[in-house]
Amino acid sequence: MAGSIPASPIASASAASRRNVSPAAEAWRRFLRHRLAVAGLIVLAIMVLMVAFGPLLWKVAINDIDFTSRLHTPNATHPFGTDDLGQDIFARMLYGGRISLAVGLAAMLMAMLVGVTIGAIAGISRGVVDTALMWLTDLFLSLPQLPLLLILIYLFRDALKQAFGPEVGVFLLIVLVIGGFRWMPVARLVRAQFFSLREKEFVEAARALGASVPRQVVRHILPNSLGPVIVAATVDVAAAIIAESTLSFLGLGFPPDIPSWGRILNDSKEYLDIAPHWALFPGTAIFLAVLCISFVGDGLRDALDPRRVL
Amino acid sequence: MGHYFLRRLLIAVPSLLGISVVLFTVLALAPGDPFGEMLLNPNIPPEVAQRLRVQFGLDDPVWQRYFRWLLAMFRGDWGFSFISRVDVDTLVWQRVPVTLAVIGASQIMALLIALPVGIYSAARPYSWFDRIASTLAFVGFSLPTFFTGLLLILLFSIKLDWLPFVFRTDIAATGWQWWWEHIKQAIMPVMVLGLSQGASWTRYVRSAMLDVIRLDYVTTARSKGLREYAVIMKHVVRNALIPVVTLVALTMPQVFGGAIVTEQIFRVPGIGALLIDAILRNDTPVVMAVTFVLSCLVVLFNLIADLLYGWLDPRITYR
Repeated sequence: MAGSIPASPIASASAASRRNVSPAAEAWRRFLRHRLAVAGLIVLAIMVLMVAFGPLLWKVAINDIDFTSRLHTPNATHPFGTDDLGQDIFARMLYGGRISLAVGLAAMLMAMLVGVTIGAIAGISRGVVDTALMWLTDLFLSLPQLPLLLILIYLFRDALKQAFGPEVGVFLLIVLVIGGFRWMPVARLVRAQFFSLREKEFVEAARALGASVPRQVVRHILPNSLGPVIVAATVDVAAAIIAESTLSFLGLGFPPDIPSWGRILNDSKEYLDIAPHWALFPGTAIFLAVLCISFVGDGLRDALDPRRVL
Repeated sequence: MGHYFLRRLLIAVPSLLGISVVLFTVLALAPGDPFGEMLLNPNIPPEVAQRLRVQFGLDDPVWQRYFRWLLAMFRGDWGFSFISRVDVDTLVWQRVPVTLAVIGASQIMALLIALPVGIYSAARPYSWFDRIASTLAFVGFSLPTFFTGLLLILLFSIKLDWLPFVFRTDIAATGWQWWWEHIKQAIMPVMVLGLSQGASWTRYVRSAMLDVIRLDYVTTARSKGLREYAVIMKHVVRNALIPVVTLVALTMPQVFGGAIVTEQIFRVPGIGALLIDAILRNDTPVVMAVTFVLSCLVVLFNLIADLLYGWLDPRITYR
């Protein structure tokens, strides 16, 4: 496939000066070739900019109740319409998007941290430690995740709410729980990467020069195993966004005064017959975010994992 | 085969025990005390509350409580639901068949989508069909199940008024009419689950096919003059499906997760809906029992997949 695509201006420019192309620039060039991934990245950037700066520009309060304008369809004053209390859905979605995307990112970081740590420890120390850690990973993989997620939130929600306040408490709980259930694929990936990299000549050279084990791991093995991990990270962001929306949709995520996208969808489902716009906007937002992240992940896979390019 | 089966069974037991430890730890770490309210009640003397605690063994060491709980779980003694006023096991077992039926039907639907589409895409990679199918697969697994459900309700129940959107168990019809009503109300839940599963399986099938199709023995089959159809169906598909079986088994927990959401949207009276109801009404014995049953089902499906794997690929047995 690589040969069949006419070289883009960027590709030919980099071919001319191939000598000083860094690996990052090479990956970026390959990423740009994946048109859907580039489109996904652009849409995603627009969404992030909107939720980051939108509430500063669109100064409508998210909890401004106005019973004279209930369930309005989209119009000039309310671009996404209003809900059953007359609250502006556009403002709520801009605010809720911050939460949905922040949960996705934070849960991904949590999963990466745990996964890379466990995978690295298992990969560098063979024998009993490796076997035990992989048994743990397999155990977590065979747990029914959504039921356990629900149970953990059911049992610990009130305690955390009291400790950190409703907003931060629920956020922490959801991030910890989602992140705690998504590290296993990363751990396996990192372990597999470590197994092949630790026998490579450059690591052996480092070992021969007297590098300690932590230095070998941090300076030599870990940076080289990051490609697949980054791809897994993007997939995890999408999965975490879906998991958070699912919890909020089931009424077990954020409370109603914190309108994450799933929560808005949950509020809207009783009015599906008279106000379909109320459900369509947040649903489409979740769908678009997840779709774009998946495309970006696919593009990154092509860019960072040269073996996969056909 | 018998030896292999036994070994797999012996691997399944520790993972069940592991799951039970996780469940019990969660329960034991949870804040709140079942007798907390009783201590605050001035009508109950503290000695009585203390005796009750001793009688139910709440002050025993943790490992004793764990083994007692584990034994009770395996004996089917799951406690009493104070909300529904029935034993938890009757409540759970009357819901399990519905869930299994919905999941089974949707898995069949997912297979019917994923196999032909995946195989045809891999037979002609980067053709128009493949591009469209790949894009649709991305759309399919990016759509969260709850949103697909709402979209289907919006289209088929509200706009077209073809299908009912609330699942009813008390249909007052007999014979064909009864079956027809049941099929009609099951279409949307099955579609929601089947489409999301089918989308991700299509990708698995396609990539597994592409891995196999480049091998030398496929070239040999072609060069001895077999028709392309025979090469693909008899030589490639059979070997490509082996990794797919494992991947499908690994996605089983997600399928149960999807089933919970779907049952909640369409009010299907399965164990997923029971779980959500129990959580919203603080019915702890039911919550624990349903999670335990779901865990057992996941382990069971993993075991089935392992056995299928051994049967499909004879090399596995000798390892």
